[in-house]
Amino acid sequence: MVHLEVRGLGKSFGATRALDDVSIEIESGTVHAFVGENGAGKSTLGKIVAGVFPPDQGDLVLRGEPVAFRSPREALERGIAIVAQEVALVPQLTVAQNVFLGAEPRRAGFIDRRAMAQRFARLTTESGFDLDGRAVVGRLSIAEQQQVEILRSLARQADLIVLDEPTASLSAKETERLHEIVRSLRAGGRTVILVSHFLAEVLALADTVTVLRDGRVVRTGPANVETESSLVAAMLGRPAARAYPAKQAAPPDSPVVLSIRHLSAPGVHDVSLELRAGEIVGIAGLIGAGRSELARAIYGANPATGGEVESGSTRLGGTPAASLRAGVAMIPESRKDDGLFLRRPIRENVSLSTVASFARFGFVRRGRERSRVSEELHRVAGSPLLEAPAGALSGGNQQKLLFARTLLVHPGVLIADEPTRGVDVGSKHDLYELIVRLASDGMAVLFISNEMEEILGLAHRVVVMRQGRLVAELAEEKMTEEAILEAAFGTVAGTAA
Amino acid sequence: MTAAEQVIPERPVPTWSQRTQTAIQRFGIGIPFAITFIVLSVISPPFLRSQNLTNILDQQAGIIIVACAGSVVLIAGGIDLSIGAIYGLAGAIALNTASSVSSPLGVVAGLAVGLAVGLVNGIVVTRFRINALIGTLAMSFVVAGIAAIVTKGNLVVAFDHPDFQQFAATRILGITSAAWMMTITAIAATITLSRTTFGRYVYAAGGNSQAARLGGVRVDAIRVATFALSGMAAGLAGTIDSSRVLSAQATSGGQFLTFTVLTGIIVGGTSILGGEGSMQRTVVGCLFVALVANGFNLLGLDPFYQQVTLGVILLLAVGLDAWSRRFE
Repeated sequence: MVHLEVRGLGKSFGATRALDDVSIEIESGTVHAFVGENGAGKSTLGKIVAGVFPPDQGDLVLRGEPVAFRSPREALERGIAIVAQEVALVPQLTVAQNVFLGAEPRRAGFIDRRAMAQRFARLTTESGFDLDGRAVVGRLSIAEQQQVEILRSLARQADLIVLDEPTASLSAKETERLHEIVRSLRAGGRTVILVSHFLAEVLALADTVTVLRDGRVVRTGPANVETESSLVAAMLGRPAARAYPAKQAAPPDSPVVLSIRHLSAPGVHDVSLELRAGEIVGIAGLIGAGRSELARAIYGANPATGGEVESGSTRLGGTPAASLRAGVAMIPESRKDDGLFLRRPIRENVSLSTVASFARFGFVRRGRERSRVSEELHRVAGSPLLEAPAGALSGGNQQKLLFARTLLVHPGVLIADEPTRGVDVGSKHDLYELIVRLASDGMAVLFISNEMEEILGLAHRVVVMRQGRLVAELAEEKMTEEAILEAAFGTVAGTAA
Repeated sequence: MTAAEQVIPERPVPTWSQRTQTAIQRFGIGIPFAITFIVLSVISPPFLRSQNLTNILDQQAGIIIVACAGSVVLIAGGIDLSIGAIYGLAGAIALNTASSVSSPLGVVAGLAVGLAVGLVNGIVVTRFRINALIGTLAMSFVVAGIAAIVTKGNLVVAFDHPDFQQFAATRILGITSAAWMMTITAIAATITLSRTTFGRYVYAAGGNSQAARLGGVRVDAIRVATFALSGMAAGLAGTIDSSRVLSAQATSGGQFLTFTVLTGIIVGGTSILGGEGSMQRTVVGCLFVALVANGFNLLGLDPFYQQVTLGVILLLAVGLDAWSRRFE
């Protein structure tokens, strides 16, 4: 019997088409996995099913009846629950209080504690969970907190549970425990949608697999005929690549301008890497592999716990200000949170890092500031309005402001974290040309991207991260989409460095 | 199309509400100030007398000096609730020093006390990562307690040292030195905020501290400097007022000064969320609050209604700020 049918589903976020004409049937009492690269749309699909966001087009049909959820709460009323990557529990309350939150057994308006304890006990014996109802949730491990979330959905009689990357932050033992839970849910007749990066896990648990690529379904089929490499192959192979600027080989004997030795920081384990002048190096990896954490640790935005970073012969001091002085600049991942002052003029946004050099005795020489800022903006973006607030610009132009700010510093090393995220196609192209031009002028560029194609199109060399470590370094003919994905998913033994 | 041909587009024609928003931000408090001024001139003949107006300036001198520095703290993303306590302590110590040593040293002592407490505030907030509201509230108790200990809870007087009065009460071109100091502070603060790199970093630290830090701004150092300035300004204000009346009480000022100053700043349109605000509007905001008080006085209205009125004005000011940010 079909539990849930998805028909012609479409969803866009701004200019990005996250899902396009997706149709899937999910059989009752099965484990159905969604797999795909970063940005393939698998997580979005899981969230639409659970009412986290509404689709732009298409329908959900639940047991033959069309439904439209306006919130996760409405989906839950129809028996669909989601356990997201970030747990959504109240850390100060106990396990039982969280499980029954919003649906507490009451007597005369007061919470009936005894009834709650009884119901909790019944729930755990039925589901085979081993949790103390009186434990405070904030003190539990992530794995246990996930179990609390699953219990909570069971307490609401959910019979379709979406697990979004449930094992991403679990240890091997906890992962095994979660797998048992998934199997017991299925044995109890419930349907599970598993959104996962981990192909081995998918193959071990799922009855059916849907592979997504660029927001479209590649295929849906039984899991027992798939292998890890057949799944990877299905995730690959896209329509013809966008045009990238011609690659110019970095001079092989150019000096090393950045050396990272045994760098460790939260989310980063023992990373060593060298960058040469004129070189473009891409960092690939799955979401959560530690790429942004590495970028931030190099730049001093996050404190390092071990190792060192040297630029030329200067050891970086571990703060952004010191890195900038040593000629290492970073464009952060989130423009809005870490980059811009949306209500301040464009001029001030661009001159932030260099305003002292336009000043005499602490007084900013406006004329000088204006001419240098507008000169740099001309180079990256065309003729801008200097006094408009930065918030009035499109995503692509905001990103260009950050490039202009960074380039005014004249860095020898540029670290760019997802420089083209949320940027329109035209601006993307401008940024590609800019990056290539900077490198050919001798700058070393280290950039992170979720778009494989972008990395292959721009980088001279790719390093792949998995679980905080550099697991592969690929260049020239070894730099293929397949090799990168295999290293990122960890499917091939021996790629680990 | 190459990069050089592209033009960063302007936002489409602003809507009516965006224009209103811009107008509110630009003129803000100036409009109600002007209206109140005109109304008071018409309905209360004594209002426009120079005696009354210079009195207002004299009384506001301390408040506006503190408010100028307080705005800088707020713009940098902090808040200073210890200004009233610093004001009381600095006034008492300045007067004590003036009567026991010399008047110039009294002034130096008042300023030094303010600067020292301000630096401690800055370190508490940045180094120990204590929320500014709580940190400076706690410091206000500590400082007020020290002031009570130093003065043994008594009124400090220096009527036998009238030379100390010259510091605040010397008339130059018709107005007192206190009013001159207020004017100079306001101008200096305006220029600092709008023309210096320090001012730029203050806006950056308050507007988006993460972005400022990643852009190479030493956000903590900037915050410490703003608290130091605020403390020193409170010290100066305490010294000025003790000089004006040749007496000081540790508990004078206190919370009343703190809240009057904050009201003036916020009514002037400086955002409590940081990153925005201007000195001119702070000055007008403080003067507006003073006009309302003066109006109640001159018209012989019940002072209890004055408090209600001030409260409503403050709510309106904060509400307008929230409204102007509603699209963020």
